[in-house]
Order: sequence, then C-alpha cells, then structure tokens
Amino acid sequence: MSQLPVIFKRELGSYFATPLAYVFILIFLVLSGVFTFYLGGFYERGQADLTPFFSFHTWLYLFLIPAIAMRLWAEERKSGSIELLMTLPITRFEAVTGKFLAAWVFAGIALLLTFPMVITVNYLGEPDNGAIIAGYFGSWLLAGAFLAIGSCMSALAKNQVIAFILAVCVCFLFIVSGLPMVLDAFGWAPQWLVDAVASLSFLIRFDSLSKGVIDLRDLLYFVTLIVAWLAATAVVVDLKKAA
Amino acid sequence: MIELKDLTKRFAQHTAVDALSFSVQPGEVLGFLGPNGAGKSTTMKMLTGFLAPTSGTASIFGCDIQTQRLQAQRQIGYLPEGAPCYGDMTVRGFLEFIAEVRGFRGADKRARVASASAKVELEHVLGQTIETLSKGFKRRVGLAQAILHDPRVLILDEPTDGLDPNQKHQVRELIKGLAHDKIVIISTHILEEVSAVCTRAVIIASGRLVADGTPFELECRSRYHQAVTLVSDGPLDEIALSALPGVASIEANESQHSITVLAKPGQVIFPQINALITQQAWAVKALDVERGRLDEVFRTLTRGEAL
Repeated sequence: MSQLPVIFKRELGSYFATPLAYVFILIFLVLSGVFTFYLGGFYERGQADLTPFFSFHTWLYLFLIPAIAMRLWAEERKSGSIELLMTLPITRFEAVTGKFLAAWVFAGIALLLTFPMVITVNYLGEPDNGAIIAGYFGSWLLAGAFLAIGSCMSALAKNQVIAFILAVCVCFLFIVSGLPMVLDAFGWAPQWLVDAVASLSFLIRFDSLSKGVIDLRDLLYFVTLIVAWLAATAVVVDLKKAA
Repeated sequence: MIELKDLTKRFAQHTAVDALSFSVQPGEVLGFLGPNGAGKSTTMKMLTGFLAPTSGTASIFGCDIQTQRLQAQRQIGYLPEGAPCYGDMTVRGFLEFIAEVRGFRGADKRARVASASAKVELEHVLGQTIETLSKGFKRRVGLAQAILHDPRVLILDEPTDGLDPNQKHQVRELIKGLAHDKIVIISTHILEEVSAVCTRAVIIASGRLVADGTPFELECRSRYHQAVTLVSDGPLDEIALSALPGVASIEANESQHSITVLAKPGQVIFPQINALITQQAWAVKALDVERGRLDEVFRTLTRGEAL
C-alpha cells in the first residue's frame, strides 16, 4: 500500500508533462459548454439547475475518457517500461490502482474546472446546490467507471489507438444497454433478463444521480463496476505483459 | 546468493528456458552467454519477477521469486534489455521516482539520486527529459536506476549493447567497480566482454545449460588453447613441426608464411617449437601463444557439437 502514492504522483505528473492534458481539458470545457447552452437549451428552459449540463456527460465521456485511459498500459508495453515498473518492488494492486487513481483525479480536475457553470446558475437564480454537488459527484463516478473500462482495454492492446477504439465500443455497450432500441431487441427474453440488461446501463444510473438523487444502489453499481474492471485490468496486465 | 532450481519457462509452442539449475555466490560477476533466442532474457525476466516460471523456481538470498516476490525484488537492481525508461520525465524526476518506490524520502532520496548519477556521470543532464538524450546516456540512466538502492544483486541485460567503444569501456569499469560484494549477472553475446569483466561464464543454448566455468576454463576447452602461431619471411618446415611431441595438427593462416600449430589437449608445445626454431635458424618475425578462442568454444557449444 505504501508505494501507491508514488505511482499515483508519477502518473498524474506525466499527464501534465505534455500539452495533451491542457488540450484535453480545453476540449472538455468547450464541449461541455456547447452542449449545455446550445443542445441543452440552458437559457430556454428557464430553470436554475444544471440538468442540461450533466445530461450530456455520458456522451461526452464516451469519447473523452477513453482518450485519457488509452495510454495507461498500452504506452508502458509499447516502450517496454512495463518491465521496469513490474520488476520494482510494488504489488499489482498498487500499480493498477495508482494508475487508475491518477487518471481519475485528472478527470476530476477537468470536471472541477467547469465551476463557472455553477457560478452562472447561482447568479441567474437560486438552484439547489446540494443537487449540483451530488450531480458532480455522480459525474465523477461515471468518469471512474469509464476509466476502469478504458484501463482494462489499454492493458489488452499494445497500440493506443486500438485501446481507444476498444474502450469506446465497450463503454458504448454499457450506455446503450438502457435504451429502448436495445431493450426491444430483447423482446423474446424473460422480463428479469431485460431488467438485468437495463440495469447495466450508465444512462439510467447516472440520470438519477445527476438530478441529485443519491441512491445507495447506484453508488454500489458504479463502485462495483470500477472494482471489477480494475481486477480485470490486473489479470490482463499479468497475462499480456510479456507479449 | 542466487539459486536456480530446474527453472523452466514454456511459451505456447516452444520451451524458452529448459530446467536451468545453477547458483551464484556474492562477489561473482556472472557472464550469461548464448545466441539470440537462447533464453537469456527470459531467464533474467524470471529472476526479476517479471515473468512467472512454468515450473521450477529460483531464490534471491533465500527469497523465493514467486512466493516472496517483493522481498526478492527489493534486493535486485535490474536493467532490462534496451534500458526502457519513462521518456517524458526528466532524468532527475525519473531517478527520484525510482528512489521513492525503493522507499527513500527527503534528504536520503536526494543523496541516493546524487550518488547514483555521479557514479554513471549523469550530473550534467539531470534536468533534461530522457527522450532527448543519446543512446549512451539513456543506458546510463538505466544503470543509475539499477544501482540507486545499492542492491546486493545486479542483473543487467545486455548493458553495453549499442554503445560506442568508449562507453562500453566505461560501463565495464563501472561494473568491475561495483562487483566486490555483490552478485552481478550480465547477459551478453559479446565475448570480449566476458573476458573483460566476468569471473564466471555460463553458456546456454536453446534454454539449456551447456557450459559453466571461468572464462579461462572455457578458453582451455578451445582447440586453440596453447596453440602457437608463427609468422616468418620464408616457408616453414611443417613436417618437422608436426613431428614435435604434443602437436595435434597444423593450420595455415590467411596471410603468407603464417601457420598455427595446435596442441593436443592438456599439452604445452611452446618450448619444443622455440627449440626447433633456434635449431633450424628460421627467421621468425612473430611468435604467439594463444590462450584459446572463446568465440570458437561458443560456436561449438551452442551448435550442440561435443567438444
């Protein structure tokens, strides 16, 4: 456990070592603004809340989070530095978790930089700030789930582009599993299976969180998802590191 | 000490390392030799805990590499093949990261980084990003991270591969300087390196151990051990030479009037030849006794021919 902060610090630092991090944050901020004000109709709604802001996060993360996650392991394997990392006296848990936490905190920083949105909505009206905080928390959890998937895909592929595409595909499956078009395709299946598929969806889980409703089951869903995908990452790293 | 017991690694189709067993004592510099694909790197990856053996095991000062992986890894400094580093970090940042992972903090950490970078002469590039450095400097960064925690075991995978002669010399001097109380294992396919730095050589081929001894012992196994090479102005009487006691055969060399007289195993033929030259009054320009040719021993052994 003691080396986890060391790994975390190096990984987080490496995000800011290249201009990529700043470009990423910029794109995230611009897109989330565009989505909120134009597609979400922030002004037209005439309501002092951030629902139009949060409701697009799932789709925004679909492409932006795999971009953060793709380098986590693929880069290590490509450059061979994975051999260095895995022969240092650290556990698999420390390596996998340290890298994940760094990416998660980076996503959190990008998310926090959207604070002008909160100021704006507070200036215009009297929003429920508790719900906004819950929404931010939910959005961060959502990013964590995307990242955990991305981390596993990055461990699978040696090439970062392939890691990115794989992560987008898997994340997409987790999003659409709650949409009617998918659930209708399960028309033949028993109701419990349809419910099970629907319950896997990010959309439905995040929808309630983004409105400020913190349900323990939703929290458990995201935490379980993160832990499961990180465990899978550790297994994949072990299997693939020599290839 | 390091002990390998029937260490085996199988990949899908082929066996990379096949029941390798030997042990290394402190103070030894072990040259680990073999042709490309013989299993040198795979063995080192298992010793450092990067790969898990298929069967068998190894221990580093009593710590099993599978059941006590972290304790074993704490005692090892490892330079992987090609010296991979985090290219986007500065040399100082990278070495400090390694020092922190090795458990050094604060002033202790800075002292470790300073002494390791001084040993490999990196002081002037500490502020540069690693990817901007030349190959030789990158290799030195790799060496610095390996020796940073003053490990009892140093495992270096092709430490001089791709370096220029000056840099090779420097790395070898460094290894010699470190070797006193440590175990150093170097993999290489450069044979001059073995004679230059190693106290013991282990040759493997197709994952199996084929020879284990001091470089001198290996040289003794050469056909050319104790052979005498003569160069003269005029033709030499080969019949008289081959009639001398202890002479096995005579080989003509490429240059004119130059021959090599091979000795029978365990025999010394130089005095007889010297006496013959004096007696016949040959104008011999050069006379040379060979220690044996490591490359010839290497070729014979790794092709699977019995000596």
